[in-house]
Amino acid sequence: MKKSKAFWAYVAIAIIVYAVVQFSMSSGMIGSYYSNMLIIMCVNVMLAVSLHLIIGITGQFSIGHAGFMAVGAYMSAIVTMKFDLPFIVAIVAAGCVALLAGLLIGIPTLRLRGDYLAIATLGFAEIIRIVILNVDYVGGAAGMTVSRQTTWTYAFFAMLITIIVIANYTKSRHGRACIAIREDEIAADAMGINTTYYKVVAFAIGAFFAGVAGAIFSHQLFFIQPTSFGFLKSFDILIYVVLGGLGSLSGSVLAAVLLTIVSTYLAEFPETRMIIYSLVLILVMLYRPTGLLGTKEITDFFKFGKKGGKNV
Amino acid sequence: MTNLLLNVAHLGIQFGGLKAVQNVDIQLYDGELIGLIGPNGAGKTTTFNMLTGVYAPTEGTITFQGKTLNGLDPYKVTQSGISRTFQNIRLFKELTVLENVEVANHSLATHGIFASILRLPSFFTGEKKMEQQSLAFLKIFGLDVYKDELAKNLPYGMQRRLEIARALAANPKLLLLDEPAAGMNPQETHELMELIAFIRKEFNLTILLIEHDMSLVMGICERIYVLDHGQLIANGTPEEIRQNPKVIEAYLGEEVVD
Repeated sequence: MKKSKAFWAYVAIAIIVYAVVQFSMSSGMIGSYYSNMLIIMCVNVMLAVSLHLIIGITGQFSIGHAGFMAVGAYMSAIVTMKFDLPFIVAIVAAGCVALLAGLLIGIPTLRLRGDYLAIATLGFAEIIRIVILNVDYVGGAAGMTVSRQTTWTYAFFAMLITIIVIANYTKSRHGRACIAIREDEIAADAMGINTTYYKVVAFAIGAFFAGVAGAIFSHQLFFIQPTSFGFLKSFDILIYVVLGGLGSLSGSVLAAVLLTIVSTYLAEFPETRMIIYSLVLILVMLYRPTGLLGTKEITDFFKFGKKGGKNV
Repeated sequence: MTNLLLNVAHLGIQFGGLKAVQNVDIQLYDGELIGLIGPNGAGKTTTFNMLTGVYAPTEGTITFQGKTLNGLDPYKVTQSGISRTFQNIRLFKELTVLENVEVANHSLATHGIFASILRLPSFFTGEKKMEQQSLAFLKIFGLDVYKDELAKNLPYGMQRRLEIARALAANPKLLLLDEPAAGMNPQETHELMELIAFIRKEFNLTILLIEHDMSLVMGICERIYVLDHGQLIANGTPEEIRQNPKVIEAYLGEEVVD
């Protein structure tokens, strides 16, 4: 039961981090600028971790993740703004509808491989965006006003649940099946693994949490519009995963945290922002071509418990 | 105890205009150890790929334990009891040795996705069962000392053994070995022969193997099928095959008559 102990230790650390930040926020030590950054950080971590399951674990190169985020963001906005239902209902609805979108897109496209899959998912994400752009019910190109209901508590616990679910999924027979598909699809198939099923499952779970992230995101920003979910957003998420190291959950968390901080600080220098951002990426790729952590997890470095558990 | 396990009748496949394999008939009875040989490009691996569902045959039928396998997905073929190794090793390189075997053990446990995410008791019992079973397989192959090593870090001979262990973990009735001794030295080949004989007895297996190493094939196979240019040219005991003029011709070429 060593692993289980490690698990609770990580959860305890996470709760302490949460409590400290919550206390600093309510006492005014962290201003609205930084609390906004922290919440966006949680959103980005969720997006990175959910895409990590699809690309890093299952090895399916999907670059349409912002599409699922858009579905979640708009669905949750409809639930809270048009139906006046509580935020928590909106979060769950956002996840479920994004999951359906994931199934809808995953079942036909996951027969494709590599570059073809990437292009197909990118195309589907654009289709989602353009559909939203042309639906007047959600404001079309003008966007939609959303009341701010996201708090640090919502953002943090949504992120924590995302990480726990995906880490637990990965360390089970189902997760191993997914990694086997990444390593060698033909061999996985020959070993009795239903590869199509596991690819679709990974896609659906990833889409679910991207939808949840979208809900947290839209209720933080006051205002959402289709352009926020274009392919540049998809690439941002992809960069977190690749920069963190394909196959490393803690790597994608770390990359999402670092890049959120970098881009927040660089927001003050809009002219040079993209240049510096790109330079950071080029430097990391030159010196750490396998990403920040490679395929390792942060916990591997501590040897906390035998194989490590969750990382927060 | 001569139950017909696998019956392959008039099996053939066509890629575009090329008939890669045609009119292949193979009968395997319970508990047999059969060799499939032939020069390079004769269609041996293609035949394996048809038997395991990687390619769908364009003609003929494959019947396994009375069930037709034509057109089934590879994972369903495996679940119905045929498991294989690959000519060029296809291990899950970034997984540990133990995890490689556990992947093949997939259907042993039944805990679902939600049980895994919520860490329900069925998750712990299921994973434990898989681990113990997999360790037992590793022990037979003398790989248990490497269990936490990544598969890609194993020496070549050990990787070959791990592939067989993994194929066995999928709980097959019929094991297909695609050149298990490729790249091994005589000592390793000899050990492998003993190992194959051992697992066959231990697990009550029927084995069909492709091999170029004639000492291995002639040494352990009871019957041998010979393929050349996509067609069966001979079938019989090692002694018969050794003296079959067609086989000699396929391997050495025709005698020059002047």
